[in-house]
This record gives sequence, C-alpha cells and structure tokens, in this order.
Amino acid sequence: MKILRPLAARIVGHCIRLFARGITAVRADWQGIEPIPRQRVYYSNHTSNADMPMIWSVLPPALRRTVRPVAAADYWLKNALRAFIGPEVFNCVLIDRRPEVDDKPMDKILEALDEGASLIIFPEGNRNMGDDLLLPFKAGLYNMGLARPDVDLVPTWVANLNTIMPKGEVIPLPLICTVTFGAPVHIADGESKDAFLARAAKALSDLRPEGRT
Amino acid sequence: MTSNTIDILWLTIGAFTILIGLTFLGEVLRTRQEPDTNNPVLETYMTRVQSWWAMVAFIGIAMLTGKIGVTILFAFASFAALREFLTLTTKAQADHMSLALAFFVVLPLQYIFVALEWTGLYAVFIPVYAFLMLPIVSAMRGDANRFLIRVAETQWGLMIAVFCVSHVPALMNLDIAGYGDRAILLVTFLVMVVQLGDLLEYFFGRRIGRTKIAPGLSPKTWEGVACGVISAMLIGALLSWITPFGVWGAMGMAGIASIVGMFGNLVFAAIKRDRGVKDWSHLIPGQGGFVDQLDSVVFAAPIFYHLTRYFWVV
Repeated sequence: MKILRPLAARIVGHCIRLFARGITAVRADWQGIEPIPRQRVYYSNHTSNADMPMIWSVLPPALRRTVRPVAAADYWLKNALRAFIGPEVFNCVLIDRRPEVDDKPMDKILEALDEGASLIIFPEGNRNMGDDLLLPFKAGLYNMGLARPDVDLVPTWVANLNTIMPKGEVIPLPLICTVTFGAPVHIADGESKDAFLARAAKALSDLRPEGRT
Repeated sequence: MTSNTIDILWLTIGAFTILIGLTFLGEVLRTRQEPDTNNPVLETYMTRVQSWWAMVAFIGIAMLTGKIGVTILFAFASFAALREFLTLTTKAQADHMSLALAFFVVLPLQYIFVALEWTGLYAVFIPVYAFLMLPIVSAMRGDANRFLIRVAETQWGLMIAVFCVSHVPALMNLDIAGYGDRAILLVTFLVMVVQLGDLLEYFFGRRIGRTKIAPGLSPKTWEGVACGVISAMLIGALLSWITPFGVWGAMGMAGIASIVGMFGNLVFAAIKRDRGVKDWSHLIPGQGGFVDQLDSVVFAAPIFYHLTRYFWVV
C-alpha cells in the first residue's frame, strides 16, 4: 500500500500534464533563464485556477520534481480528491488563509526553501478577475527575497488562460497557452519594499507576449 | 495491390528521393562552410527539410489508408490551424460559446460532411450557416464592445482554417470521367506542386531576387515568384501522369495553384505583421506553426478544387 499512493500521484501528474498539453498546447518560452536545476521562486500572474498546473506542466521533469507550489489550504483540502492532488501530486506548500489561525506562512515557505525546493507563488494573493494586468503584490515576495537573497526570483507570465477558461464557463477553448520565464530579480541594497514590489511587478508584466491577449 | 497503391508508393519513394537529395545538399553546404560560422539561411533550410520528412511520412501513411485517413489527417491539421489563428484574434468572454462551437461542432461537422460527400452542404456550411449562426450566439450575451471585429475575425479564422483546409480532402470527392477512384492522387499533386514551388521561389528569390513585391511585409520578389511558378508548372507537367488534366492542363493547374499559394503567403505575412508575431506558433520545430507550413496550400485548395470541378467534372 505504501508505494501505491506515490505511484498513483505520479500517474495522475502525467495525466494532468498530458491534458494541459492536449487542451492548450501549453509551451514554455525561456526568455531570461535556462531550464536548469537551480533554486528559484517562480512568481506568476494569477487569473485562473489552471495557472499553477500550467507552469508545473511546462517545467522539465528534473525541475518539476523539486518545485513546490505555494497554495491555499482551504482550496486544496476541500475534499478528498483535492487533498490528494494538491499535497501529493503537486507537492504543494499549503498555507492556511483563515484569519483566526496564525499559521506563520512565511515560516513554512522558508522551511521549504531551506530544504532545497523551488517554489511557485502568486504574489497578487488572489485571482485577478478585473481588467488590470496585475493586482498590487503582497509583501511575501519581498520578505522571501530579503530572507533568502541567494534564491532567484523568476517572473513567470501565463498568457491566455483567462480566455481559455474564463470564470463561469464550462468548456475550455483549445487555444494556445504560453508560459514565459523572464530574467530573475533580486532585492537591491537598501531598496524599499514598495520600490522592489513595483519593479518585480513590471518585470512580470513586461513578459506579456506582443499583441493582444 | 491496386494501381492506386502502386502510384502512391512511387510518389512516396519519389518524395523521399527528393528529400534525400535536399538533405544531402544541405549537409554538403554545411561541410563546405568554415567550422565556426553559423549560416542562418542554411540552418532554416535544414530545419525545413527535416520537418518535410515528417510531413511526407504522415501524408504517405494517410494516403495508403485511403480516403478516411486523409480526411482525418486534414481534420487534425484544421484543428491545429484554427487554434493558432484564434489564439491571435480579438475576442471577449461573450464569444466563449461561439468559439467553443467553432472548435467542437463546426469543425467536426465540416469534415463529416466532406467524408459523407455531401457536396452541396460542405460548400455552404461555413460561409452560410456558421457565418449567420455564430454571431447570433455571441450577440445573445449582450456585449457590443468591438462586436463586428470579434465576429469578423472568428469567421475569417473558420474560413481559412476549416473551410479552405477541408477542400484538400474534398478533392477526393470529385467525380471525374475516366479517373475513377484515383482522385486521392489530386491531393498529392496539389501539395507537391505548391510546396515545391514555394521552396524554389525561396531559393531563386535569394539568388536572383531584386524587386520586392511588398517591401516591409515579406522578402518575396517578383523574380523569385516568377521562377517559382515556372518551376511549379514544370513539376506539374512531370506529375501529369497522376492527374486527369493532361500535360498542358497539369501545367496550367500547377501554375495557378502555385501563384495563388504564394500570394496567400503574402496575406498571412500581413496578418502576422499586424499582430506583431513572427510565427503562428511553435508547433513544428524550426518552422513555426501549422499555418506557417500550410498557408499556401490552404489558399490554393478551394480554387484548385473549383477549377477542377468546373473543367473536368462531368
């Protein structure tokens, strides 16, 4: 029984990857970095629940094995299926968002980084449902960069997902989704939190493919 | 083996022979250049030849399985092309249902009609029914913002990626006196003259091209196009034994298909320039997307189909 669950997790992982490739022909565009195993925090725009599986799917196997998406516990522990997929297939770092629980999310994140994992985070905090390119970033990205300055913070733009599967629709459109990885950013000496977050947000939105999205 | 199968095998062997020649030529040019230099034209050429290997293998296998195989192959090509096209068009959430219908209802139905040989229906299904129905579906969602642009671009995508592409397998439905079930060979004829004409147009354009047709849009030159079309006509004459056209007819049809294809390529270059992209996608290594590969065949197919129908179908 012990090996069955990890095996099932691997199989489900492959199915998710093939499904993502089949439906959206998702592909990676490595603009600012090479797909090599280095410790990184991939920070990305968030318009759809499929953002994280898309980034996860385009990473080469060696990188995918070490990457851990940071995700909300209330979403991934809602039922047995999600509780299997979130923690076991994607190996998520789960954060409890309930206000009454002080979960110390940054401790969990730093613990994962110290174990050598790379992370996928969505610094906007919530899904972006409006017309703005990005919502204002939360402080988490800055705190991570400050606490672990050696880790590359890599802007990662997921294009087209809000058209492929907008909120409230049932059928996904088989349009092409592109995940673009930009050049890593680091906190400069004496840079303030707001200045850094603004710079990181611009580095991310600059990756938007030309033309309309 | 039927005479059809034997002809297809000969054509596949011929195509592979040409590819071996082209690959060999590329490798000779590669060894002749200085060890450390990198010639982008040569590298483009080599990636092109490599993906032609795959294309010839796919089409060859599809041809040997017969009509159904060819129809399914082009249905998938349509799907890939429509996905590339609609990724770049203007759309809103109000179009979600009509776009889903385009992918999952209109496209399969068009190919089913082609497979069932319902000539009257597949000729009007997209230009009439889809043209009128899909905007209704979009309008019911009540979003007027850029409405005409949205429905027009969706319809254009369907016309190009589904309607036009489906006219390649539809060639097999043509009932030509004394030609029997050999109409499948018209598919090979069209693809070969257009693609080889394109290759030679590129080659001659590089060598002797002077006057650009549309500067700022494409490096195509009048000299290159003229040489490409003449080459396509000669290839058409060489392949006339697989057609019902006769030598002169085959030359004429090859010339028309090739010239329409080349100018179709120019139209696609204008669309790509407008949307600020270099290629339609990155599906085929070294060549961009499906649309980049097929654009000239797509443009030539309906005209080739209707001219054949007009002059040779009783």
